[in-house]
Amino acid sequence: MQSGNLKFDSRPKILPIKKIVKETENIWTFIFDYSEFSHFGASKPGQFVMLWIPGVDEKPFSIAYDDGNEFWLTIAKVGPATVELFKLKTGDLIGVRGPFGTHYEFVAGEHLALLAGGYGAAPMYNVACAALAVGCKVEFIVGARNKDLLLYEGRVKELAKKYKGKIKYHAATDDGSAGYKGYNTDVLAQVLKKKAGLWDGNVRGDKIDRVFACGPEIMMKKAAEMAVKAKTKCQISLERYMKCGFGVCGQCCMDDSGICVCKDGSVYDGAAALKLREFGRYHRDGVGRMVVR
Amino acid sequence: MLAPRLICKFSIFWVLSKGVILAVFCKKSNCCFLRILLEFLRMVKMKVKFCGVEFKNPTVLASGVLGVTAASLKRVVENGAGGVTTKSIWLKPHEGHKNPTMFGTEHYFMNAVGLSDAGIEKAKDLFAEYGRPAPLIASIVAGKNYEFAKVATEVAKMRPDIIEINISCPNVEDEFGTPFACSAVSAAAVVKSVKDAIKDEKFKIPVIVKLSPNVPSIASIASACAEAGADGFCAINTIGPGMAIDLKLRRPILTNRVGGVSGPGIKPVAVKCVNDIWRITRLPVIGTGGVMTGEDAIEMMMAGATLVGIGTMVYYRGVEGFSAIVDEMKAWCEKNGVKDLNEIIGCVNKSGT
Repeated sequence: MQSGNLKFDSRPKILPIKKIVKETENIWTFIFDYSEFSHFGASKPGQFVMLWIPGVDEKPFSIAYDDGNEFWLTIAKVGPATVELFKLKTGDLIGVRGPFGTHYEFVAGEHLALLAGGYGAAPMYNVACAALAVGCKVEFIVGARNKDLLLYEGRVKELAKKYKGKIKYHAATDDGSAGYKGYNTDVLAQVLKKKAGLWDGNVRGDKIDRVFACGPEIMMKKAAEMAVKAKTKCQISLERYMKCGFGVCGQCCMDDSGICVCKDGSVYDGAAALKLREFGRYHRDGVGRMVVR
Repeated sequence: MLAPRLICKFSIFWVLSKGVILAVFCKKSNCCFLRILLEFLRMVKMKVKFCGVEFKNPTVLASGVLGVTAASLKRVVENGAGGVTTKSIWLKPHEGHKNPTMFGTEHYFMNAVGLSDAGIEKAKDLFAEYGRPAPLIASIVAGKNYEFAKVATEVAKMRPDIIEINISCPNVEDEFGTPFACSAVSAAAVVKSVKDAIKDEKFKIPVIVKLSPNVPSIASIASACAEAGADGFCAINTIGPGMAIDLKLRRPILTNRVGGVSGPGIKPVAVKCVNDIWRITRLPVIGTGGVMTGEDAIEMMMAGATLVGIGTMVYYRGVEGFSAIVDEMKAWCEKNGVKDLNEIIGCVNKSGT
């Protein structure tokens, strides 16, 4: 029996790993079954969870998909905590707190440009699924160093089959091994100018209503600047060292407005982000020391 | 006697005339004008003086919450806090514990952050950037007595309004052993070395001690500190440490196994400790522990607190909770005919109990 007011209960919920999908050697998608806790409701696209690897550490990860019974986290093996996480197998138990943070906001029927860099493709897939389901049109722009690092390509192409004429996939690679050779922001520029995208099929009269970006901060900064210039609404996804996830510890506060990324973000208005002094310039480590990019 | 009466009459006239002008200006109903007038007449004095430092209201951000950066402290002030406390400052960078470091439930909150801090160098940046929109209390911490003296010397150069000695964190025992605040002798020794270290500073900085509730007699610790020269107290630090176990994993939730308990459930303990300290020392106290509402804050002041420390409240009500608490305190005063908050400080002992 659960007791008390669940609203204030932020103890980890313990879930089994339902399935592990290997995207690349070092990037895996962990699928968790939370049907036992489904009364808490599904997350919104762009939100994150704190994932507790028992006995190791707890880190924030963006949700890549959530249908109310299972959710996905696509995780790269980059640090000590994820190295331990990658030793786990199907059926192992893990702790989850959340979902936390703000989310990407759109209105049914809008035309969205989703800009993903590297791992950012996973949460953007979540946005695409939710947006397409309510009749939005989606430009899905992914950038990576090379073809092998383009995440979620297959899944987005499946979406394109399911929602014909509603979503267009654009790839950009540094070495030109797939799609456009160069930065994904170049593709975004073309899309914003209506020189690429769903307009190919002579879709008339509609422009991009919103730009959503998730990926390296420098890319998001550029995207936000482009959106401001094009007078388009824009949201980006901030990332900072986190401890509590609910706006108490102050570890993820950004200069110089002091917003908590975990609570006032992580999805944040692009124009507002450009006003944050530290956005695209520096961040802070686990003890609060400034680290310049 | 005539002059004050004249001034009084004049000020009423002034208020009325301003009110009429406002009402005409707003082109709103009489109701609006009356409300402005009433608000003006009802004004409660929220200002308090703590160790000679003036606070616009008695709410103070407790150490360890939202205190990593100057920007975040400023945001707390913008949201209504009368003052703020930094995270505890170490001489050198100090890693805290691994996550999970905190979680909450309806009645209590637990944390074992482990006093993570980037050390004195980063503190300099914080002080430079803060710009003093409200008094700043610098919390300092160290593992050894002589290190307390060193960190106090360094921090004093940055001229905080008050120095708070943290000798009572319950979740670093594995590293540093029993907190100094658990022994009257050790606690007093730390106070003495900090006071000695900064006694030659031109600007006199009051030194207060953050005490632990996890002792048989907080009053005896407090009086030992007072004798050693403490100018005031902050009480209480978190309770315990406590421990919470996840039933499915059959292991402690906090990586540190144990952690300090805070939140609504600890308020009665905090109120009692504050009163114990106040009764025996009559030194100013920042009453901290479980304050979630304006009435909680009033209760803390009645127990003897001049300032009210607020931390875990942010989990339940967000940073906006500070202004809400101040409003609730005002509302309580208005309802109960209290014109000046200073009237109620330690009032439980004034009525002879």
